[in-house]
Amino acid sequence: SSKTLRSVSVDLNHDASLLIDIPDALCERDKVKFTVHTKTTLSSFQKPDFSVPRQHEDFIWLHDTLVETEDYAGLIIPPAPPKPDFDSPRDKMHKLGEGEATMTKEEYTKMKQELEAEYLAVFKKTVQVHEIFLQRLSSHPVLSKDRNFQIFLEYDQDLSVRRKNAKEMFGGFFKNMVKSADEVLISGVKEVDDFFEQEKTFLLDYYSKIKDSTAKAEKMTRAHKNIADDYIHISATLNSLAADDMTANKKNLEKLSDLFEKFRKVEGRVASDQDLKLTELLRYYMRDIQAAKDLLYRRARALADYENSNKALDKARLKSKDIPQAEEHQRQCLQKFDKLSESGKKELTSFKGRRVVAFRKNFIEMAELEIKHAKNSVALLQGCIELLKSN
Amino acid sequence: MAASSDRNPPPFPTAEESEPGLCDMADADSDEGEDIFVSNSNPVSVSRGVSQPDRVSEEPSDLFSEEAASSTAAKANGVHSDDDNDLFADTNVELSTDKSSSSARKEPSGPRHASTFTPSPAAMQPTSLEQLEEEEAKDSFDVDVAVTNPEKIGDGMNAYVAYKVSTRTSLPMFRSKVFSVRRRFSDFLGLYEKLSVKQSLHGCIIPLPPEKSVVGMTKVKVGMDDPSSVEFVERRRAALERYLQRVVSHPSLLQDPDVREFLEREDWFEDKFQEVENEEQQLRKLHVVVDSLVIHRKELCGNTAVFAKSLAMLGNSEDNTALSRALSQLAEVEDKMEQLHQEQAASDFFIFAELLGDYIRLLGAVRGCFDQRMRAWQRWQEAQSTLQKKREAEAKLLWANKPDKLQQAKEEITEWEARVTQYERDFDRIGMTVRKEVLRFEKEKAKDFKSQIIKYLEAMLQSQQRLIKFWEAFLPEAKAIA
Repeated sequence: SSKTLRSVSVDLNHDASLLIDIPDALCERDKVKFTVHTKTTLSSFQKPDFSVPRQHEDFIWLHDTLVETEDYAGLIIPPAPPKPDFDSPRDKMHKLGEGEATMTKEEYTKMKQELEAEYLAVFKKTVQVHEIFLQRLSSHPVLSKDRNFQIFLEYDQDLSVRRKNAKEMFGGFFKNMVKSADEVLISGVKEVDDFFEQEKTFLLDYYSKIKDSTAKAEKMTRAHKNIADDYIHISATLNSLAADDMTANKKNLEKLSDLFEKFRKVEGRVASDQDLKLTELLRYYMRDIQAAKDLLYRRARALADYENSNKALDKARLKSKDIPQAEEHQRQCLQKFDKLSESGKKELTSFKGRRVVAFRKNFIEMAELEIKHAKNSVALLQGCIELLKSN
Repeated sequence: MAASSDRNPPPFPTAEESEPGLCDMADADSDEGEDIFVSNSNPVSVSRGVSQPDRVSEEPSDLFSEEAASSTAAKANGVHSDDDNDLFADTNVELSTDKSSSSARKEPSGPRHASTFTPSPAAMQPTSLEQLEEEEAKDSFDVDVAVTNPEKIGDGMNAYVAYKVSTRTSLPMFRSKVFSVRRRFSDFLGLYEKLSVKQSLHGCIIPLPPEKSVVGMTKVKVGMDDPSSVEFVERRRAALERYLQRVVSHPSLLQDPDVREFLEREDWFEDKFQEVENEEQQLRKLHVVVDSLVIHRKELCGNTAVFAKSLAMLGNSEDNTALSRALSQLAEVEDKMEQLHQEQAASDFFIFAELLGDYIRLLGAVRGCFDQRMRAWQRWQEAQSTLQKKREAEAKLLWANKPDKLQQAKEEITEWEARVTQYERDFDRIGMTVRKEVLRFEKEKAKDFKSQIIKYLEAMLQSQQRLIKFWEAFLPEAKAIA
């Protein structure tokens, strides 16, 4: 089924010279096809306005090539969007099918609606997260100029052929190295710069905390969803009771059933809003901080290389052998390290700013939505109580 | 009868007539020694599981009546199903259906999903494939009957099983298109007895109900839970259904007022009883869901508390001052939310769940009153039957010319006449009481539900209002982030 969506980004798509969004996406058997739409004034592109279809794997390819590019070692590479995960609603849909015989038709229909909404929510989330990835790139002074980024945006054939070649070339070398980054950082190459020492401490600590908060926020949201589902069953059963009731109690049951039916929609919205504004926010920044940690790691590696090159130079001098090569090597290492440090400092500083802005925006929105939903609930409750009392 | 002249003589059942249930015959407990049907019966025709007409009235009723107040010792003859032969099924039994009608007749199957036909899942067993296929083909016939929902009423030796007899019809002579009543086994037998003595139906082939079974019913009375009892009831249910289907597929019988009364006569008590039962079932279902709600609410509580702590830790780690403050504030809001969820869970349980629990129990008590009335009716009926026997005995004695015994007989008759009157009065009185009580109960229930629901909702309302305050207090903190 095809869904048209407005992009829901974190204020990234400012620069008119390169505007990217995902206006449309198609879901075929859980494989999502995103329509990536570009509007640009840059002459480096062939057309000013165009769209291409892309799959999740194409995004991953793009991310990995950026990570593997030496020149970008001093940059925070925006985290790759996670794979679209329809497992949860799919499993639930399956279970619902199995339990169909035990519920009334009405109940079944409502549950199905709820699941379809969940499916849609997952879908929206995945579109959002893929869109943000591209917008992070387009708003970055260096990354927006990347050749592969341009190919991703513009190449109107299937990217999968190019993808395969890239994989063979790089072999995921750097990505595997990055996995053990934490150990290097923690064991600590002797840090020369206070700024980076502080950043290291901060990011390591923050990462573990935000990872924890993300997981716990997710559990909280899931409990809300369970309650919304319970409301469906309660409403349906009350409805059956009311239908068969021939006494004065009929009206009471009908009103309560109606209330729970409305409530489950509210509770469902509370859950999904909390998911988007809180859980997804935390999750995104968890991944972003990982990307920042990766930067620190690369710099630490460069520092280690530099220190090794110093040692090698000393050795060469002692032996009076290959001194020019050693000197050249040392010079290159220092240059690389300096470049990473300079760019890294800029990146990490702007990252702070970005994080604070995003948190502010989402917290405000979340609070406003909670208030809105609660006011809605209050109105529903007051209405129902009044109806009951007036009987 | 006009009808019978159209019909072919019933054939002996061959393979094509057989249904899965027919194999029961061969399964009879041979270890019980008295394997009756090996000896006398014509295995082929007996397999339909119906007994000879004259058998039923000839037998001393106390041997096989399940309603016998006297505890008839269960005959250890290995009979555990109506389909099995009893001691006296030593003769051929004709089939009530003939070839021409069986193809036209649609066999309604047991598990239906239309609203009036919903059987309780536990009680329903799958019907034969043949029946299901025929139902799929949608009926061209005018009347469909089903016997479902076997339910044990009462306890001990006075217990009986009531079945739901559902009718679906397009015929105008019935009160509506779809309706149901509750009937017990003796009602089915009673219908047969009425039909078999009717002048107007002489010469007609009257279908036979399944056999009585003391052993089977005793087991059921004692406890309906063991597999052999469940099987017994299911066989009986299926047999009763087939019996009724045969009755309604006979054009003359369908016109008969007794048959119509059997299918549709309802009184207030039956109606109410059914309502009470349905309500109890639904309340139980609701109770289960509300319990689930309580559990999930408590989970939400726990998850929120844990999240709040985690968020507080994150706030401590945060190096931007304003954001750090906001995170701590948010953690506090979540703490307050946990408190709200806690209170809501208590309300879910103590007001909502307990209300349901109370009424589930109370409805059980209401059913008990109906049972008591049923028992009063039973007593009255039995007294009438005893009186009848005494009168017959007296008549016999008159012929036999035994004056002294005659005197005693007369005395007994007087005694039993008094009893019949008394029991009838008791029955009427208890009926009135039950009726009054039920109406009073319903009024009270409506009031009670209303007040408890209002209480529940008002608690929820307060909770939501506090929630608004908490988030409104947080909003400026969020805006202050810079």
